[in-house]
Amino acid sequence: MKVAVIQFPGSNCDLDVVHVLRNILNIPTDLVWHKFFQNKIYDAAILPGGFSYGDYLRSGAIASHSPAMEEVKKMAEDGKPVLGICNGFQILIEAGLLPGALLPNDCLKFVCKWVILKCETSRTAFTCLIPEGKILYMPVAHKEGRYFNLEEDLKSIWKEQQVVFRYVDENGNPTLEANPNGSIQNIASVCNKEGNVVGLMPHPERASEKILSPYKNSDGLLLFESMINYLKR
Amino acid sequence: MVKNKPIPVKVNLTPKEIRMVRKLLGREPTYVEWGMFDIMWSEHCSYKSSKPILKKLPTSSPKVLVGPGYDSGIVDVGDGMAVAFKVESHNHPSAIEPYNGAATGIGGIVRDILATGARPILLIDPLRFGKLETGRTKWLFRYVVKGIGDYGNCIGVPTVAGEVEFDESFETNCLVNVACYGLVRKDKIFLARFDKPGDILVLIGGATGRDGIHGVTFASKTISEESEEDRPAVQIGDPFTKKLLIEAVLEVLETGYVDGVKDLGGGGLTCTTSEMAAKGGTGVEIILDNLHVREEGMNPYELMLSESQERMLLAVNPEGLSKVLGVLEKYEIPYSIIGKVTDSGKLIVKFKDEIVASIPPKYLAEAPTIKRKAKKPLNLEKLWRIKKPKEPKNFSEILYKLVSTPNIACKEWVYQQYDHEVGVRTILKPGDSDAAVLRIIETGKAIAVKADCNSRHSYLDPFNGGAGALAEASRNVVCVGAEPLAYTDCCNFGNPEKPEVFWQFKRGVEGLAYMSRKLRIPCVGGNVSFYNEDSESKIAVKPSLVVVILGLIENLDGLVTAAHDCSKGGLAIALALMAIKGKLGVKVDLSKIPTSKPIRMDELLFSESHSRIILTTSTKENAKQILKIANKKGAPANLVGKVTDDDNFTLTFDGRKIVECSVTQMERFWKETIPKALEVR
Repeated sequence: MKVAVIQFPGSNCDLDVVHVLRNILNIPTDLVWHKFFQNKIYDAAILPGGFSYGDYLRSGAIASHSPAMEEVKKMAEDGKPVLGICNGFQILIEAGLLPGALLPNDCLKFVCKWVILKCETSRTAFTCLIPEGKILYMPVAHKEGRYFNLEEDLKSIWKEQQVVFRYVDENGNPTLEANPNGSIQNIASVCNKEGNVVGLMPHPERASEKILSPYKNSDGLLLFESMINYLKR
Repeated sequence: MVKNKPIPVKVNLTPKEIRMVRKLLGREPTYVEWGMFDIMWSEHCSYKSSKPILKKLPTSSPKVLVGPGYDSGIVDVGDGMAVAFKVESHNHPSAIEPYNGAATGIGGIVRDILATGARPILLIDPLRFGKLETGRTKWLFRYVVKGIGDYGNCIGVPTVAGEVEFDESFETNCLVNVACYGLVRKDKIFLARFDKPGDILVLIGGATGRDGIHGVTFASKTISEESEEDRPAVQIGDPFTKKLLIEAVLEVLETGYVDGVKDLGGGGLTCTTSEMAAKGGTGVEIILDNLHVREEGMNPYELMLSESQERMLLAVNPEGLSKVLGVLEKYEIPYSIIGKVTDSGKLIVKFKDEIVASIPPKYLAEAPTIKRKAKKPLNLEKLWRIKKPKEPKNFSEILYKLVSTPNIACKEWVYQQYDHEVGVRTILKPGDSDAAVLRIIETGKAIAVKADCNSRHSYLDPFNGGAGALAEASRNVVCVGAEPLAYTDCCNFGNPEKPEVFWQFKRGVEGLAYMSRKLRIPCVGGNVSFYNEDSESKIAVKPSLVVVILGLIENLDGLVTAAHDCSKGGLAIALALMAIKGKLGVKVDLSKIPTSKPIRMDELLFSESHSRIILTTSTKENAKQILKIANKKGAPANLVGKVTDDDNFTLTFDGRKIVECSVTQMERFWKETIPKALEVR
């Protein structure tokens, strides 16, 4: 098993993801410069957070045209797990691999804080070990993370079980206060129809060790463990 | 007698300095050389007024690897690792153009850390503004925070701590200080010097343009109406290029073919080449025609003085040049080969086949110091004799008011705009504790960091203000279980040509030196920003000597469940903040508080006396043990109350109720002040 963390110019959470995969989970992991990425060498790919190309034009817009993304598309078609975190989620959306759009936060500011998430589906490559309805704690850190989709498309992604996580309060309710950026229906994460490509705004790699969490848990690790489980199946 | 020719460019040198320049060179300098002396002998680059005073600070300990004199101080944190850290002011640019002024402040300090070979791992931002009510303050505050956030977030270096102080003296001249810490292996530390003649000089990063020309001489003047015209002297930041530069520089240094590296900041190419050659005792030859530029038709004066951002200079072993250039090409970093290190002992600058400057580097790097006059301000005695106000009656109401004052209120509005988690090191985050704690993944230890200053104390008593800043900073890292190892200071003062201002500076540094010796914490670097004064009102900022500290945590557990030092707002505020953060009630008997003499109730509650810490622990046995330890060390201590599982904040004195507040109500006031003042509804 070998995982690629794809480094775009301006990625800045790449080393954090590599740390979790290599040092916490002992998974062979390569940090791959975007121009050198080849789909066939790897079993899974992670697009880390950051500011690819300085977020110029629109977050993720320029990176989505990197030659690496053609390779990522092939990977997605082959059913291999692909995870986009924060800016990686923005890139996957811009590349058309995930439905919807990510708009500037409703407060128009960068927001860095811990949020509460509820798992909406266990059918994806990154949530197969997370029971539906489970509450997870993770931080967000972004300026353009307001998920948006048209009403018809929202209906369709719910029907196809493509909503993966939502922002909720301690009791699991998707309240206004629990929503850090104004995302429609508090949606924090979506997947493709097949469930092998997942994008999310919160940072699981920052919540993968108890010592980093104000809630003293390692909820983020569940996503990476799910990926390992999915690959072993 | 031969009359000197008029100087062809505008210089801010004194007549005495002008004479010295002519004497040193033994001839009439070229216009390029005048510009180079002008910038290198400016207060900002040369520390000509402050150097004699700063010498009083103790600078060594077994843990100090590199002390003052280089780009950043470097301290041993064990297991083969070291921390490089430095603070800088970006006050003048931020007061004119808050967004880019603050952003490029971050850019500059990050390059300084990078130049030691360290990966930047955290930022701290001590900020000072005028009264929060004014439009100017709101504008400055909003855009300084946005500038820091946009830049720091993009380059992936977490902003984990800071300070925000509001006081009318900062209305025109806000203070924007920025500190960066980096992590480096002890055997991979780089020093900014040219040691090897024959090395090729490669200028990398941003293209050189006309921006920032004379940024340094601008920082050595007071702010006036004309300063608006200085706007081109404020540089524009490019965090995306900076992020690439960070990765490229770290990878280039790994090749083993780089012998020297330094950033281009204040003073541009002039400062970098002259300082590196002066330190290494070598010479430099630069061909200006080779620079990659942003604008056509720049003359050598502009090229040597430009402060365009995101640039660094490498001295590369010719054998490894192609390997180094290969890394730069991978990251698509623009570069130009601009010259070489020589053994000529001269900084020679060529342009269009002509020598436009030829100066021994140490003439530029070692500016003559100035002995300034110091005089105690006349009004100080009067201020000390001000009559105490009448003792107030309703202390609960006062406490509610105090938690809502901008200086004490919650700063979540600020730090939520900073990515403080990137890097997966931040264990104690902004707002959690007295200091931020970041783990060193490589060694299993952790560092604690904090910046402190109380400008009001310093104004009334600069000596104790300077001493107090270090006392408070060390207390803050101690409160999270760290041992203070070293500090760096950022001195923000008015016009040093005024004896009263220089006295404040002198006394402040003397106080700092005193505390530094007493606590045995060395100073490893610093920054001085003078001329923070409104040109019209002639009012200088309150003297602000900011201490930025590094502590080391060897072991992450202890007896104590929470610890908080008493600082702004004194004991009552310290207790209130602990209750708010813990979402628990507090019951304290004030008659149990150790005091040196009987004092009034308002003094007992709100005195800002130093060296006081409130501890909480889970069992009576632990509490007894803590008192025993304190007793053994000769520190006055007492059991004063307990944490309760309710919403009541109750302070009594011998059974008499003094304060009775609701914790949730205090929390609401504490949290809403800053967003209320800034948010558009």
